[in-house]
Amino acid sequence: MSAAAIPVAQIKTITMSIYRYDPTLDKKPYMQDIIVEVPTDKDIMVLDALHLAKAQEPSLSYRRSCREGVCGSDGMNINGKNGLACVTPLSEVIKRNKITLRPMPGLPVVRDLIVDMKQFYDQLEKVRPYLITKSDSPDTERTQSPEDREQLDGLYECILCGCCSTSCPSFWWNPDKFLGPAALLQSWRFIADTRDEATDERLDDLEDAFSLYRCHGIMNCVSVCPKGLNPTEAISNIRNKLLTRKKA
Amino acid sequence: MLVNEVINAKDLPVMEFDGIIVGGGGAGMRASLQLAESGLNTAVISKVFPTRSHTVSAQGGITCAIQSDDPDDDWRWHMFDTVKGSDYIGDQEAIEYMCSEGPKAVFELEHMGLPFSRTEEGRIYQRPFGGQSKDYGKGGQATRTCAAADRTGHSLLHTLFQANLKAGTNFLNEWFAVDLVVNADKAVVGVIAFKIETGEIYYIKSKATVLATGGAGRIYSSTTNALINSGDGIGMALRAGMPVQDIEMWQFHPTGIHGAGTLVTEGCRGEGGYLLNKDGERFMERYAPNAKDLASRDVVARSMALEILEGRGCGPNADHIFLRLDHLGPEVVHKRLPGITELSKTFAGVDPAVQPIPVVPTCHYMMGGIPTNINGQVISVEHGEDKIVDGLYAAGEVACVSVHGGNRLGGNSLLDLVVFGRAAGLYIEESMKQGVEVKDASNDDIEKALERLNRLNASTEGDQVAVLKEKMQQNMQNNFGVFRRGDLMEKGIEELAKTREEVNDIFLQDKSATFNTARIEALEMQNLFEVAEATAITANERKESRGAHARDDFTERDDENWLKHSIYYADTKEVSKRDVNYRPKTVQAFQPMVRSY
Repeated sequence: MSAAAIPVAQIKTITMSIYRYDPTLDKKPYMQDIIVEVPTDKDIMVLDALHLAKAQEPSLSYRRSCREGVCGSDGMNINGKNGLACVTPLSEVIKRNKITLRPMPGLPVVRDLIVDMKQFYDQLEKVRPYLITKSDSPDTERTQSPEDREQLDGLYECILCGCCSTSCPSFWWNPDKFLGPAALLQSWRFIADTRDEATDERLDDLEDAFSLYRCHGIMNCVSVCPKGLNPTEAISNIRNKLLTRKKA
Repeated sequence: MLVNEVINAKDLPVMEFDGIIVGGGGAGMRASLQLAESGLNTAVISKVFPTRSHTVSAQGGITCAIQSDDPDDDWRWHMFDTVKGSDYIGDQEAIEYMCSEGPKAVFELEHMGLPFSRTEEGRIYQRPFGGQSKDYGKGGQATRTCAAADRTGHSLLHTLFQANLKAGTNFLNEWFAVDLVVNADKAVVGVIAFKIETGEIYYIKSKATVLATGGAGRIYSSTTNALINSGDGIGMALRAGMPVQDIEMWQFHPTGIHGAGTLVTEGCRGEGGYLLNKDGERFMERYAPNAKDLASRDVVARSMALEILEGRGCGPNADHIFLRLDHLGPEVVHKRLPGITELSKTFAGVDPAVQPIPVVPTCHYMMGGIPTNINGQVISVEHGEDKIVDGLYAAGEVACVSVHGGNRLGGNSLLDLVVFGRAAGLYIEESMKQGVEVKDASNDDIEKALERLNRLNASTEGDQVAVLKEKMQQNMQNNFGVFRRGDLMEKGIEELAKTREEVNDIFLQDKSATFNTARIEALEMQNLFEVAEATAITANERKESRGAHARDDFTERDDENWLKHSIYYADTKEVSKRDVNYRPKTVQAFQPMVRSY
């Protein structure tokens, strides 16, 4: 989309205040104001506005892929709250013709709006995010009732965007020890799957002071999840499971 | 060595693997899984973290005769539908392989943990999709598409990523592959690639290189495709002297959300949704009296385009069609189509359980690609003869094996990518066991693959990506869309020719080595341009209407002259013909018939 193609009467200018940092050029990060012309006769997404900014300032860097909220590339901090740029309408976040974009907090910045997700992915790998079975696979599918399959709704849809974990104070303080909401949601996704045969081992892995129990129920994860998922509930389900296991 | 320096072959560090896969989507990760599980040292080179690949956007399902909905379903019926859907230029040996091996590949996915929706009996849920029939077209609509709600691609991609983690695949995530390295024997011996975050550049050497880079829908301005779908593998293959096949065949999906281009699954119509024009008429009953809204995608897309052209479009500008779902009730819409509900609310401002979704035919899928055999081995055509390119494989949308021919059936892309990603893996595994000897690349061979990067680094002036891309996309949209015409295509080809030099000499203003997305976009633009030019020239050359290729000046299918694959080489820009495979191994070939739905 080019701003030039839109008749003058239908555009307005907005200020995008964007966090800029290229470690090879800049001594320290700074905020840059980029003035962008956006249409007034239709709403666009924050990601569309970023494209307009990048057309002026090609060095501006951010991740993006599907532009429809399913790949999880463009998590960022929009006016102080984490979200996906591609499914956040500009009209919902613009204030006095201005929008402020920063990288997701709590992770090292690689450049501009791009953070180093290594810690996030490392924590995910710790929960062994794959189905573990011990019995032989049948020739066709393993059967699962619709009710059992329903247990995975609200869990399997996670897109690993990182919005939840990077808005969680417990993850900020202990990103190497507390697994964070995204990884714990995945952990529960496999514990809850009737086809998985490693529930005990999975629970054993979480029996320490940090991995799970550093969740203090702040629920930032729930309020920012762009897919409407509830990691806090998943965490409390794991806690209950650990508790009932102890009693037994 | 960094990507923004003057890069020379003799100082370039080398990494070596048994097998490398370029692309971390469904096809790539199915191939890598096969290799990693067989103990080979395997690396996936992906320009995005694998779960950001475009497979994630596939919605409705994976079509396969697993006999869940119908215990009498038969893979041969699926094969018949696919051959007919291809408008008879799909290779029947490949289609036979895909449909008969399919159930194995789908059950494997389930065993890996893919959260399929379930039937009351606990089996995998299947829904009807377009172009499906029972009993070779004589038994009415079939129900053959296996689904995980309307998030099947997401579920499949995440499951494959999980399985690869378990198998110990090496992931070079956020690495960009620039070009293939070809040795003196014309064998492919690896790629040049750099780590996007730091700009460190390597020659990644391997005896087997699998291209699984997906499609290139971003050559059009209106597309369902992700922003990353830039045809990188096609660009790499064409520059290295390999051909592309049937590249003029582009699928326009009937239901992209008007204005946004985001996909609304065919599963909506599978679940009972239908299309309406401005008069509230269910117009598909006129165009396809039997299959109606579940006719093949090319047929539905053309019918919609005609309705709009003839003034029966919806909305103030009469420029779209309505997809109606509200009669299904909120229970079905929210349970079977939760993702669609979310997308419609976000991108069209409507709740499909209450209001119709405004949709238009939107560029969706590249049926053509790099020609391969059923083992994924890339084929070049020399003096009319097929010749295998040593060391190079392709699978998924980038490949043309060819199971889709002139038109792909819904749900067949996910099946294609798992079946042929797996097949390529199996073949490489076997050939490695037998031992592969290749000649090392010379410095000159490597220099060739570095040319593009060095040229970008040296650029001091010229056009930037945004300008060139918009020009190309408008051209392709206007001149190579749902309906095509010789004079317009020639104009389009001329425009592309005029832009060629500017694209080769793109100006890269930002020379930083650190996560430089401007450099990536410039390299992607050059790949897109290769695909656009190949599409344009080949489309103009195919003087008939077949599958998705509909010409106003040649309205009929011409089996006498064009029951053929097209083959295009970038160095000569010439189009030749290649025979379609009519030699399935276990069934009689299906002969061309009049194609009606």
